[in-house]
Amino acid sequence: MATYSSAPGKLISVIGDEDTCVGFLLGGIGEINKRHGPNFFVVNKDTTVHEIEDCFKRFSRRADIDIILITQNIADMIKHVLQLYKHTVPAVVEIPSKDRPFDAAKDTILIRATKMYTTEDLGL
Amino acid sequence: MSSKDRLAIFPSRGAQMLMKGRLKGAQKGHSLLKKKADALQMRFRLILSKIIETKTLMGEVMKEAAFSLAEAKFATGDFNQVVLQNVTKAQIKIRTKKDNVAGVTLPVFECYQDGTDTYELAGLARGGQQLAKLKKNYQSAVKLLVELASLQTSFVTLDEVIKITNRRVNAIEHVIIPRIERTLAYIISELDELEREEFYRLKKIQDKKKIARAKADAEKAELRQQAEAEEAASLLDEGDEDLLF
Repeated sequence: MATYSSAPGKLISVIGDEDTCVGFLLGGIGEINKRHGPNFFVVNKDTTVHEIEDCFKRFSRRADIDIILITQNIADMIKHVLQLYKHTVPAVVEIPSKDRPFDAAKDTILIRATKMYTTEDLGL
Repeated sequence: MSSKDRLAIFPSRGAQMLMKGRLKGAQKGHSLLKKKADALQMRFRLILSKIIETKTLMGEVMKEAAFSLAEAKFATGDFNQVVLQNVTKAQIKIRTKKDNVAGVTLPVFECYQDGTDTYELAGLARGGQQLAKLKKNYQSAVKLLVELASLQTSFVTLDEVIKITNRRVNAIEHVIIPRIERTLAYIISELDELEREEFYRLKKIQDKKKIARAKADAEKAELRQQAEAEEAASLLDEGDEDLLF
């Protein structure tokens, strides 16, 4: 039932702390082109929330990005933007950050899921 | 929701037939939409359980990847800046497939290798093994995350579509069908009313005709009597011209 689109390959972008970014870049997802700049954004302790918001909005508008990976602690910082984000592409995926384990109760999608069903349904 | 809420239509046999057709159509549409909603709901639950499974798996994979990063750093020294500065072209890219569930297209992401490894020579001096392991770990993490992303996208899309479908099902069940039924009831009552009126009128006309007939009969009888009387009278002095006396 599935058909391939003939569009050129899309990118995965990362918003995260330095180590997470470096890891994914070594995994081979990084790309810098002249028009859009890099497809990753390193957040350190000096980065303001506003800068992260800007970056997220920029990534979500780019046509060549299909998936945005964002570490959970940063996702928490821009929760208000993420909750308003209604598009399906690019898809926003929250990943655990390096120093904190993944907290399923904070994930935007899982929160949405638990709203619909009781927790027993989900097996959480 | 008063009984006045019905379609503006002239109550006639034709309109009644039309409404009956519409009612049948609405019921058919309702059952079809219900089936669609059920199919979507089934798929939705499947995806939901898969998402939760993948999310927990992702936690493990990411932990391992982060650990191997620390290992590689220990062996090679800090290479963060080198990696961040040497980015050129993406090696892993995504293509999109379209999957179809009950008329809803769901995007499915799939990653593929494109071009060569930019960091082929990284860790040439020392820590090459750790770096290779690190790369492998993050590549498998990326694969998992791509899968998760397509599941999540399907989840959001299906959620939206299910809401719309349920809204339609409810609208047909609670608004459109009752309205058509009310219209039908109105048409039937109105037609009955017309029929009663018609019947009454026929009766009235019959009565009138009866009276008129009786009157005409009476008149006729009177005329006849008169005629007979005249005849009787004239019978006596009926002139026979030949009669001399």
